[in-house]
Amino acid sequence: MSFERIKEKLNILADAAKYDISCSSSGSKRANKGGLGNSDGVGICHSYTEDGRCVSLLKILLTNHCIFDCAYCVTRKSNDIKRAAFKVQEVVDLTMNFYRRNYIEGLFLSSGIFNSPDTTMERLVQVAKKLRLEENFNGYIHLKSIPGASDELMQEAGLYADRLSVNIEIPTISGLKLLAPDKKHEDFIKPMEAVKNAIQIYQSEKKIIKSTPKYALAGQSTQMIVGATGESDRDVMYSAAYYYKKYKMKRVYYSGYIPVANDSRLPALGSPVPLLRENRLYQTDWLLRFYGFDIRELLNNENQNLDLDIDPKLSWALRNRELFPLDINKADKLLLARVPGIGLKSVYKIIEARKFRKLNWEHLKKIGIAYNRARYFITCDSNSFEKRDLSSLQIKGLILQNSNSKFRKDYSSQLNLFSS
Amino acid sequence: MTAGTILFYDGTFNGFLTCIFSAFEQKLEVNGIYTEATPQENIFAEPLNISTNSEKAERVIIGLKKKISNDSYRQLYFAFLSELEGIEMLLFQYINLVFKEENFSSKDFGHPIVLKINQTSKKVSREKHRMEAFVRFQLTKDDIFFATIEPDFNVLPVILKHFESRYSDQKWIIYDLKRNLGLFYNLQETSYINFNFKSKDHLDPSNSSIYSTSEIGFQKLWREYFESTNIKSRKNMKLHLQHVPKRYWKYLTEKSTWQN
Repeated sequence: MSFERIKEKLNILADAAKYDISCSSSGSKRANKGGLGNSDGVGICHSYTEDGRCVSLLKILLTNHCIFDCAYCVTRKSNDIKRAAFKVQEVVDLTMNFYRRNYIEGLFLSSGIFNSPDTTMERLVQVAKKLRLEENFNGYIHLKSIPGASDELMQEAGLYADRLSVNIEIPTISGLKLLAPDKKHEDFIKPMEAVKNAIQIYQSEKKIIKSTPKYALAGQSTQMIVGATGESDRDVMYSAAYYYKKYKMKRVYYSGYIPVANDSRLPALGSPVPLLRENRLYQTDWLLRFYGFDIRELLNNENQNLDLDIDPKLSWALRNRELFPLDINKADKLLLARVPGIGLKSVYKIIEARKFRKLNWEHLKKIGIAYNRARYFITCDSNSFEKRDLSSLQIKGLILQNSNSKFRKDYSSQLNLFSS
Repeated sequence: MTAGTILFYDGTFNGFLTCIFSAFEQKLEVNGIYTEATPQENIFAEPLNISTNSEKAERVIIGLKKKISNDSYRQLYFAFLSELEGIEMLLFQYINLVFKEENFSSKDFGHPIVLKINQTSKKVSREKHRMEAFVRFQLTKDDIFFATIEPDFNVLPVILKHFESRYSDQKWIIYDLKRNLGLFYNLQETSYINFNFKSKDHLDPSNSSIYSTSEIGFQKLWREYFESTNIKSRKNMKLHLQHVPKRYWKYLTEKSTWQN
């Protein structure tokens, strides 16, 4: 192969693909039967970019030619950029050679819509099919579901891909109308629905006939851009909760908008990426998926946006002081998980350890709880605990004074209120 | 006052288990367990060389597995692979708890020794996962994918399975330069190997007497990809270094300072 030519394409088509933040390679199971590669359910990040994101998959576009003109997208039709397209065999060769050197877990292939949604989707499926059937490749494959692609193609895609995803991109329908006038909300939903249904059918058939082929084992995911259309955190997270429930999403990703165009409908070029907000949204997402929270507890009419200066669990606890303090040696598992500064791993260790002895502060610190946050919400086998009658605002002030958040500079103006 | 005994062994897991066997069998008061290379400092204790005996080791394993789950046994083995100073004595104390405490549990996280073993095994487990991620193969002229590593802990024995099942249709070598020990998979099975590197030629992918002519090309493509996939406006070096500490850069194709 011509390395120079491929290098140029890779430069253009990896650069254009990087705004898709998912790089997950977990959740699939594919054994290696005499070929190359496997997925054992655990994802591996083979490297990390300088922005700290996981590099697990070769994430590229098949082409950045696109017939659509979505304002938030770097490959929009009207943008004056270099265009390129990979041949199917080139993507296959790159994937195989990178995989053999242990650079990647597999391929994440997306594409601009270069002709019609079906032609584009068909080409993506071709790559996956070739990798699986001709190269005997058992690594991870994530394909983008192209909005508007036919159900039949989505059906076929799932036979070769571990994961399929369509990006919602804009969390509200009004925002979508404003920024992507040629795309219809239904176009995003249709492939999602097709994949969800196919997954259900294959799973129930698998129970009866063992030889039923695997279909999109790692499920589907989606992504929303935040900070492009003035939506609230409540809008974002209520949408997310809806997609988790309705389409059985494995993951929803939140991508702080990175200005890619000078367009009066969008934040100007050079505006900072809302990284802190993005981080709070992910924390909220975790509370939903793993900590047993209902989204309405965290965001509602009174609280439409997350606090930036403290994490969402602490915000919630400060609004619900009547539930605390909890006795660490007695409290129920679900309640323990709601204590600020106690993560799920610590919950597990506490539950196991307290079967053998009553736990005191020393034990808890060694186990690894965040003492600075947790201390106001718990008691343990010790006479020392917070006895002052502190208001929620005072607790928040004390916690912030003793913390060293990486985002401190972003909210230092607020911090001054407490220290003065 | 008795000064007790200090045991010396060959550094292998079986050797360590033989020490445990002898300590229990001879009811020794063990004051220290060291590999043979460690100079002895305690002049009052009685030194005892233990020669590795796989039957004795096996009996300890059977005894342990009667008392603790496979998971807990794996933790114990992982903690051993940490090679941390004093890990043998800590494990000896741990094994004493296993055999002597009526209510022993490897989940008794309020117990300092149990917690320490748990945390140490987590560290080794993290290093195992890192090596599964950070190994970078370079294709040699004779079609062997070759990688060198210098892991913090002795993880070769526990990464073997992962690479064997993943790369079953290519020959590969993963060589631990720190411990001068490698794994070689020949399409049928994996064995331990030992090289005597006379120079550092094997590290240079442009060395055409060793590496395939296309090797450099793919490395350049990978570096190109790594550069292109970065988003500059999100730069966060602190997070980057937390995930990829500098000590691992040397053998990472995308990070090493080697140019062109």
